[in-house]
Amino acid sequence: MQHVSPIREPLVTGGKTYADITEDVCRQVEAKPNVRWMMGLGVSLVLLGVFIYSVYRTLWFGIGEWGLNKTVGWAWDITNFVWWVGIGHAGTLISAILLLFRQKWRTSINRAAEAMTIFAVICAAMFPVLHMGRPWLAYWVLPLPNTFGSLWVNFNSPLLWDVFAISTYFSVSLVFWYIGLIPDFATIRDRATGPIARRAYAILSMNWTGSAKHWSRYETVSLILAGLATPLVLSVHTIVSMDFATSVIPGWHTTIFPPYFVAGAIFSGFAMVLTLMIITRKTFKLEDYITLEHVESMNKVITLTGSIVGVAYITEFFIAWYSGVEYEQYAFINRATGPYWWAYWSMMTCNVITPQLFWFRSIRRSLTATFIISIFVNIGMWFERFVIIVTSLHRDFLPSSWVMFSPTSIDVGIYVGTIGLFFTLFLLFAKFFPVVNMAEVKSILKSSSGVSHTLNPGASLHGTAPNNSHKHD
Amino acid sequence: MTSKKYILGVFNDEDVLLNAIEKTRAAGTKIYDVFSPYPIHGIDDVLGIQRSRLPIVAFFCGLCGTSFALWMQIYMLGFDWPMIIGGKPHIALPSFIPVTFELTVLFAAFGMVITFFIISGLRPTLKVPVMDVRSTDDKYVMAIELKEGTDISKLNDLLRSNGAIEVNEKEVVK
Repeated sequence: MQHVSPIREPLVTGGKTYADITEDVCRQVEAKPNVRWMMGLGVSLVLLGVFIYSVYRTLWFGIGEWGLNKTVGWAWDITNFVWWVGIGHAGTLISAILLLFRQKWRTSINRAAEAMTIFAVICAAMFPVLHMGRPWLAYWVLPLPNTFGSLWVNFNSPLLWDVFAISTYFSVSLVFWYIGLIPDFATIRDRATGPIARRAYAILSMNWTGSAKHWSRYETVSLILAGLATPLVLSVHTIVSMDFATSVIPGWHTTIFPPYFVAGAIFSGFAMVLTLMIITRKTFKLEDYITLEHVESMNKVITLTGSIVGVAYITEFFIAWYSGVEYEQYAFINRATGPYWWAYWSMMTCNVITPQLFWFRSIRRSLTATFIISIFVNIGMWFERFVIIVTSLHRDFLPSSWVMFSPTSIDVGIYVGTIGLFFTLFLLFAKFFPVVNMAEVKSILKSSSGVSHTLNPGASLHGTAPNNSHKHD
Repeated sequence: MTSKKYILGVFNDEDVLLNAIEKTRAAGTKIYDVFSPYPIHGIDDVLGIQRSRLPIVAFFCGLCGTSFALWMQIYMLGFDWPMIIGGKPHIALPSFIPVTFELTVLFAAFGMVITFFIISGLRPTLKVPVMDVRSTDDKYVMAIELKEGTDISKLNDLLRSNGAIEVNEKEVVK
């Protein structure tokens, strides 16, 4: 029924069987935590402590603990917010858009990538909530009647659109992730020996038995959720970009922002997926599932989106000149040559130049090079947001208001702290949840494992294994 | 307390299973259910499972989301407390689109998933009625309900001749 191209590289190597997949993925869930994991969790918890301390300072003493001033009223907080939300986008892209495109290589990385999405959105949400200064009044962003002391919320404001976009994105991603986890929880449940594990995974697996009827509905639900999540993920960063694009600040007021932000989000998200997956495959010995083929595919996406981002930077410059608006022109000249030139050129180097190295196949397939470049991309994308936000604000309309922004230790503490929060959540996920989607990897095993799993090809009526009749010479 | 008996044919290849399903159904035996560790493509046709109507549920839930979001924004900013914001009309439809879109997606996704959980009986429970625990690992299990006067040995032969590696009996107490 299905034609298998002989030139495609296998997505699951090492001649794995179905039982091997179960065994390899469940191993770290069932085994005692290893030393590397414990060390990682220790470091993450220390950073989480830094986060809690910085949040305490922010809430107790107020937003004055941050480096913001009258001119630069948005700086690290919104930079970090956009950075984290952007990182989250790769998870949805892998699980939803690649599902719609029937890309089989998504199967072994989608689980971890979706977990990354959820944790990244949690980290992102910290910043606007903390910037409120009084987060216990965060519910004021909801459309509540004015007996609460305010009028209705303003539905014309992109900041309110953000509230709806981010909370919808978070909850739909969470549901999508959980639906995918149910069959794998059932697998762990049926293997579990300890009484606590058996009960915990029984509850998590939601009565799943793997019945054909349920699988049929499950596939329908996954497909429709993917169809819903695809425009959703594009809308989220579009709306985030509108926080800037609908304002009248030179450097922000550009129509290119939505597609440029979405491309940047996918770019940074794939870099973070690579950073995480290279560590995960090593720590949990998943080299046969997350292969060089996977790394190469992701690097190709990075090259594409990195190039889109590069074109966007150049387009912005061109349009600033072409518009004839001197404020716009100044904003861009100031970015590249003003007091924040180092941030601009860090962004250009990390985002536009380094990913171009992936045109070389040997670099694309080198784990060390990929790991280093993925870190560069993450740094570059952080600087991109910093450059857009701070350099556009710090030269105000009146030269008497011109200032510089410098972060305080609390700014740094909250940012580094969210990295701790992210890795704490990710490490707990990696220990207690199956990091690879076993059911989906099993479903591609026959067509993409490089070895034929058909036991008696003569009896096969629905053969998917490559055989001689399909040979291309 | 009623109990039902099932004959379980255990298979270890999806193509053999699909073939066996066709043969079993052709022999006039009703299959209760088939359990597999992953979704098998093509099983819906041979088992006669109808296409799920969940997309229709999603569509109507989405429609509810769209209507609710539009009603909410038009009522709040257009009628309950009209205000001039940025010189725009009270009911500024273009700026209502983002929230409308988000709520459409939210309602569609949650409506469909909740319906899926309810109709499939998916709920947190401690005791899960699994026929054979290997069906969440690497085996495919075909369950046939045993009624009064069913010839067990004939069923056994039918399943084995179509590639079952094991044939077991299982009693499920409801």
